[in-house]
Amino acid sequence: MNSALLMNIVRFIVLLTLQVVIFNKMNFLGFITPFPYILFIMLYPVNGNKSGLLIGSFLLGIVMDMFCNSGGIHATACLVLAFFRPYVFKFAFGLSYEYQTIRINEAITPERFSFILVSVVIHHFTLFILEAFQFNFILDILLRTLASTVFTIIICIILIYLIKPNKR
Amino acid sequence: MQQIFNFLIRNSYRILFLLLLGLSLGLTIQSHSFHKSRIISSANFLTGNVYEKINDVNEYLNLRSQNEQLALENARLKSLVFNIKDTLQIPNLDSIKGVNPADIIVTKVIHNSYNVHENYITIGDGAKKGIKADMGVINSQGIIGIVDDISPNYATVVSILNIKSRINAKIKKSNHFGSLIWNGKSTGFVQLIDVPRLASVRKGDTIVTGGQSVIFPENINIGTIDKIFIDPKTNYYTLNVRLFNDMTNLGHVYVIKSKDREELINLENKQKDE
Repeated sequence: MNSALLMNIVRFIVLLTLQVVIFNKMNFLGFITPFPYILFIMLYPVNGNKSGLLIGSFLLGIVMDMFCNSGGIHATACLVLAFFRPYVFKFAFGLSYEYQTIRINEAITPERFSFILVSVVIHHFTLFILEAFQFNFILDILLRTLASTVFTIIICIILIYLIKPNKR
Repeated sequence: MQQIFNFLIRNSYRILFLLLLGLSLGLTIQSHSFHKSRIISSANFLTGNVYEKINDVNEYLNLRSQNEQLALENARLKSLVFNIKDTLQIPNLDSIKGVNPADIIVTKVIHNSYNVHENYITIGDGAKKGIKADMGVINSQGIIGIVDDISPNYATVVSILNIKSRINAKIKKSNHFGSLIWNGKSTGFVQLIDVPRLASVRKGDTIVTGGQSVIFPENINIGTIDKIFIDPKTNYYTLNVRLFNDMTNLGHVYVIKSKDREELINLENKQKDE
């Protein structure tokens, strides 16, 4: 029972460290930054405590905001993603998602890919809309969302393969 | 009463979500409002320490460019000392004229951001060294930003690459004033707006800080004019300014304690009260 909690805490710290130390420094073409730290929300157990997920993702976002000096935009985006996660599950895996033992960190099937895609788009769109906070930059927002989504997904998939437990 | 409790318990998940959402949206809006420090900032013990550790490594990697900058600044200062009668002819030399050397705090950038619309820089010294909010930050080549939030050992700086930043600046040759803003597009350029049509502007003219602000002393370098537009709405000039500074590569910076600042602010407040 506690191993799941421990796993989540370890994931929280490791992903946040990776994000701050490595991925925040990445600037493809000067404006594309990947945000693979949201893997924490995606990899949270399907049947885990829902309120725990909300609080966890809020804390995750607030710490990111501290590092990025961005007010509360990461916290809001993470919260929105955490809230919509069950609906994204339903969309990607069908109605019976709760009764299956889905593990994201296995081979990438089309369902899993669409789950990652929709989650990343929700998070990034919220994030960049709040960041610009005005509609003069709408084209900029769409461009950033699109470009960063691609990079985040690529890095998420790489990370998932890296942390996949070895079956020998 | 019973029903209210039942309702709260049934919807506890939604209520928790709305509560946290309200909190984070509140923080977001508060951070976007003009001239107000953010509650959540990187001027704190945790993030400051982490950034300092990261910077220890990055500093090594950037030693070469930092050395080159220092050597250039040395050469310029030496030329000042050796050719004293030429001082008036040499432009851009003394970037911190009119400030007592004791009023300059040397510190270094431990975290720099330049890829979003609201960029902030974190520096490695804070209230313990006498840094206060609203002090100007410059380096040998030009201005960098204004101190925003402070903690005992760290401070955040609103970079000039921030769409909220607004700094009084002028054309060095003709003393016409304008406001320096950033349109959020390129890290190498800022915009000087509201320059009157009377001003004679030419490509390549130098832009320096104006004397109207209490934050920066007069005549600190900013950049050169790159393009000239006329704003169709207001009929004022809008100038694209190419920065002297490479904002993506910052090392040691100077925080300026303006000597007359408190006197000026007190005077202005007194007038407001009357």
